[in-house]
Amino acid sequence: MADTFDDLENLIACPHCDALYHVVSPKVGERAVCHRCHAVLIAPKRRAGMSIIMLALSVIVLVFGSIWFPFLTIHTSGFSNSATLLDAAFAFTDGPLLLLSLPVLALIVVIPLARVMLLIYVLWPVVLDRKPYQKAREAFLLSEKLRPWSMAEIFALGCAVALVKVADLALIGFGPAFYMFCTLVVIIVVQDNYMCRWSIWASLDPERDV
Amino acid sequence: MSGTGQLAALTAREAGLVGCRRCTRVWPIERTECGRCGASLESRDPKSLSRVWAWWTVGVMFYFPANLYPMLSTRTLLSTSESTIVGGAIDLIHHGSIGIAVVILVASVLIPMAKFLCIAFLALSARRNTDMSAGSRQHLYELVEYVGRWSMIDVFVVAILSALVQLNVAASINPGPASLSFALSVIFTMLSAQAFDSRLIWDRIEDADKPATPSTGASSPRQEDAYS
Ligand SMILES: [Zn+2]
Ligand SMILES: [Zn+2]
Repeated sequence: MADTFDDLENLIACPHCDALYHVVSPKVGERAVCHRCHAVLIAPKRRAGMSIIMLALSVIVLVFGSIWFPFLTIHTSGFSNSATLLDAAFAFTDGPLLLLSLPVLALIVVIPLARVMLLIYVLWPVVLDRKPYQKAREAFLLSEKLRPWSMAEIFALGCAVALVKVADLALIGFGPAFYMFCTLVVIIVVQDNYMCRWSIWASLDPERDV
Repeated sequence: MSGTGQLAALTAREAGLVGCRRCTRVWPIERTECGRCGASLESRDPKSLSRVWAWWTVGVMFYFPANLYPMLSTRTLLSTSESTIVGGAIDLIHHGSIGIAVVILVASVLIPMAKFLCIAFLALSARRNTDMSAGSRQHLYELVEYVGRWSMIDVFVVAILSALVQLNVAASINPGPASLSFALSVIFTMLSAQAFDSRLIWDRIEDADKPATPSTGASSPRQEDAYS
């Protein structure tokens, strides 16, 4: 039966339920949805590449800002302490708990940062209408695989919970890094929802310009 | 755009093709690597379920010490106390922060338990018939994948508290051994959910109600206004 589909380039299979479709590229602002499981298959956006790059650049600046500046400060009965984002990651210092420091650092800082850097590498030539970089496909694949492991937004909610826990014990001050980190979280969420993965893969297709 | 009423959709596998789960490109079924994105291709991952169960077992194993050992130890001028996940939530209720106690209980107890049960149910129902429709099971799977990550919140709370509350003799908070086993339990359960091939959910239905006359071609996906 495969020979009835001689032009495989114009077909897509839903990654969730395997339903097969003809590609009908939707207009900008519209989206193509799987009949069966309702997954969004294609959702192109206007000037998406450039917007994603700008958002990614601001995430990089904000990540370094939120590492550098004080994150939270605490005052109570004459004692005070200030913690940076890195202090929070390296709070696990007791023996085997040390194992946890690196994963926590990766989940809240390294992976979100790596993902936006990979995206810039992937999209920069595409936006300029040049040939994609040699490793662009590997880079985008890696960025997609890292997606569930980027947990900045969960860490932000964790801050809220922690603050309520110590609120009656001490006075809490918010450092500049705290606001930078919250902005960063919002940008990452917006960016992930704005990105049409199908459009990016289509623009990286090595057969496209042959 | 047309295509409504295409209830028994033709799948890539029925058409003798294999779809890439990363970039949705379609290839002949014998192909093993996607020519567009480089991901490996598998019409149905035969080892999917055994990997799901392997990660699931490790995840459950780490969940027990996560609840038995202390998550935090709090030292003040007068006393030192250690609290487990549930113990910490009970303390919060005594202090009147019922909202936060609910967040902690939902994220650290309800979600992990529900997640273990849901993954087990999805993995079992991929092999057997169930009353739950494929659409609902697909939604359940997406919910598990989306919500599961949020269990990590308790580990982050411990990290923030331990970094912040270091006030010399007045008070200090330090992480307990449960934080490591809890984090590992969340990570392994995420790996278990990711190992599940959700296309297995839909296969049984196809086997059950195959259309009398095979479809001759693929339909088009539904077009929607993204802002509706
Ligand atoms: Zn689908
Ligand atoms: Zn692919």
